[in-house]
Amino acid sequence: MSPADTAKPAKAASKPAAKPAVKAASKAKSKPKAKTAAIKTRKAVAPKIKAAQNLDIADHQETVGKSFSDNAKMTMRNINVYYGDKQAIYDVSIDIAKNEVMAMIGPSGCGKSTFLRTLNRMNDTVEGCRVEGDICMDGENLYAPKLDVVELRARVGMVFQKPNPFPKSIYENVAYGPKIHGLADSRVDLDEIVENSLRKASLWEEVKERLHQPGTGLSGGQQQRLCIARAIAVSPEVILMDEPCSALDPIATAKIEELIEELSENFTIAIVTHSMQQAARVSHRTAYFHLGKLIEVNPTEQVFTMPQHQLTEAYITGRFG
Amino acid sequence: MNKSVDNLSKIKRSLTRRNRAEARFQWYGRVAIFIGLAAVAVLFIDIIGKGHGAFQATYINLNVSYDQELLGIENLSDPEQLVMGNWDALPKLALREKFTDVSGRRDKRRLYGLLSNGAGFDLKDRLLANPQLLNTTESIWLLADDDIDTYYKSWLDGEAYAARLSDKQVVWIDQLHEQGLIHLQLNSNLFTRGDSREPEQAGIRGAVMGSLLTLVLTLMLSFPIGVSAAIYLEEFAPKNKWTDFIEVNINNLAAVPSIIFGLLGLAIFINFFHVPRSVPIVGGLVLTLMTLPTIIITSRAAVKSVPPSIREAALGMGASKFQMVLHHVLPLALPGMLTGAIIGMAQALGETAPLLMIGMVAFIVDIPGSFTDPATVLPVQIFLWADSPERAFIEKTSAAIMVLLTFLIIMNTSAVWLRKRLERRW
Repeated sequence: MSPADTAKPAKAASKPAAKPAVKAASKAKSKPKAKTAAIKTRKAVAPKIKAAQNLDIADHQETVGKSFSDNAKMTMRNINVYYGDKQAIYDVSIDIAKNEVMAMIGPSGCGKSTFLRTLNRMNDTVEGCRVEGDICMDGENLYAPKLDVVELRARVGMVFQKPNPFPKSIYENVAYGPKIHGLADSRVDLDEIVENSLRKASLWEEVKERLHQPGTGLSGGQQQRLCIARAIAVSPEVILMDEPCSALDPIATAKIEELIEELSENFTIAIVTHSMQQAARVSHRTAYFHLGKLIEVNPTEQVFTMPQHQLTEAYITGRFG
Repeated sequence: MNKSVDNLSKIKRSLTRRNRAEARFQWYGRVAIFIGLAAVAVLFIDIIGKGHGAFQATYINLNVSYDQELLGIENLSDPEQLVMGNWDALPKLALREKFTDVSGRRDKRRLYGLLSNGAGFDLKDRLLANPQLLNTTESIWLLADDDIDTYYKSWLDGEAYAARLSDKQVVWIDQLHEQGLIHLQLNSNLFTRGDSREPEQAGIRGAVMGSLLTLVLTLMLSFPIGVSAAIYLEEFAPKNKWTDFIEVNINNLAAVPSIIFGLLGLAIFINFFHVPRSVPIVGGLVLTLMTLPTIIITSRAAVKSVPPSIREAALGMGASKFQMVLHHVLPLALPGMLTGAIIGMAQALGETAPLLMIGMVAFIVDIPGSFTDPATVLPVQIFLWADSPERAFIEKTSAAIMVLLTFLIIMNTSAVWLRKRLERRW
């Protein structure tokens, strides 16, 4: 399927070209000599961008770029997600490769978080949420009726937007997963798992003296690393991160980003982020979502230097979001 | 420029108006609080003013000789003889010896009326506890009759109430007072005895025990049921028309007048299931029905207040829903649930009407020792005493109210304390 795809981007890109106004809006910056070169003030451009948002998305059918991978850890095909009658995700197909960091970006409400949460079935807990399509990990369908979500969530860990350590001790936080899944045979084992996890989350040095103090007493950045340590304590295969740095200051953010890079050696990571710089810094591939549709997937460098799709370009150049 | 100056003066004018409105509002609040506090103060002053006397009782000092012949007892360890013993003769003899000039049946009856008619039994208890006293004489303080008690207390306060006393009795009390043989002392009977027709012998022990047994049963039944219902409704039940219907009805139940629960208990527990009347079991069951809505509502609120992020964290770790509830939601919601339970219990402790319907209003002298003994409860005891004609029951009633209020204050304070103590912040 992937070789055939390569021809599609060109087609997809040419489609909106039929609408001169839209084209003008998106090209105004890159090609000043086009016939709309006269439009330079923001006032004039803004409505046309609106038009770009409204018209393009309605027409848009195909994802441009390289959505698929030969070395896929997770494969998602034709995913549709509904909240009651409202559709949140439209026909998204994408692969996440082994040991890759996949960033998902897009304006608020574009469905990237919803999409991320379908990957470990966290959406099951949302009333009225319905997921259609195939999501497979290592060829196993995650939405098969006989699959137990408990097992799935042990294999696909999650880190949330707001640091949410349990109101228990640091040790208890990290030991919780291994305990409920019965991963440790003895107290010594458990101690080792806790220490290793905290080391991997580069938190060990900061908290080793106060393992039995409440996790909620840590700073925001430390709390988030504690949540990462908690997630990796059960040795998941995939870690999902839902805007893990949005509640953190720049220094804590830098630490988490560094951590993500280290973790990618052992884990497959899917990260939703609002910060394009962050996506650019930490990810290998970037997926751009817009109003529930997957617009473009490409290697991160390409997305931020030569985006294929005009909507992607509009977003990364900060014209909406 | 002119316009902005104009605006500024407008703002200034409106500002004084706004400030005045705020000051007025604050004063309304202060006045409201003052009225509330004043009402509470009046209530407390009235009750304490009327009831403080009940914590003391009048005692008369007499020389009692435990005369074996007078009693007609040969062996102190023979229960049959003890029952047959002429115990009343002891205080009567002591009184006659004290006031040797009294003669005539009527005067003697008045003389005997100085002491509580339970005095003989008090002496019996004392003798059984100290058998070596047999055939000896000792000086002992004996409980006075309630009319004497009322008169003596009112006389000490300067407004003697002698309506129920004969002139001779007043003279005798004067004599005793001059000799220092009559005084007030702590009324331990109030806390150690059950109800009685004689005010000076009546105590709240029976009612307190009845309340305790009833409340223990209520707590044992309503807390687990209420908490389970709340957790199921909040965490597991699907949100649909049925759960909405249930929620509305739980709220309705909380608003049902308590006497209806009493009728329900009468119809179901007593008439249908034939649970005995007047016992703490049936009281506990009825109060459980009554407190359940309160506990369910407060427990649901407590479960709701656990932040969803904690739930997500647990589920994201692969905890099953039950583990999520058991490990995270329940511990965090427990303080709120306990607070709700205590408030529910305080409500149940003060409840009277439903218990009237199931026979817990009976006159019960014995102190209940188990869930199947006939019993009454504190508020019902207050109701019974308030209804009694003897003047001495006025202060008893107020004293029982003070005890009930003390329990309620302790429970409500502990609810607040518990909430402050255990509450976590995120």
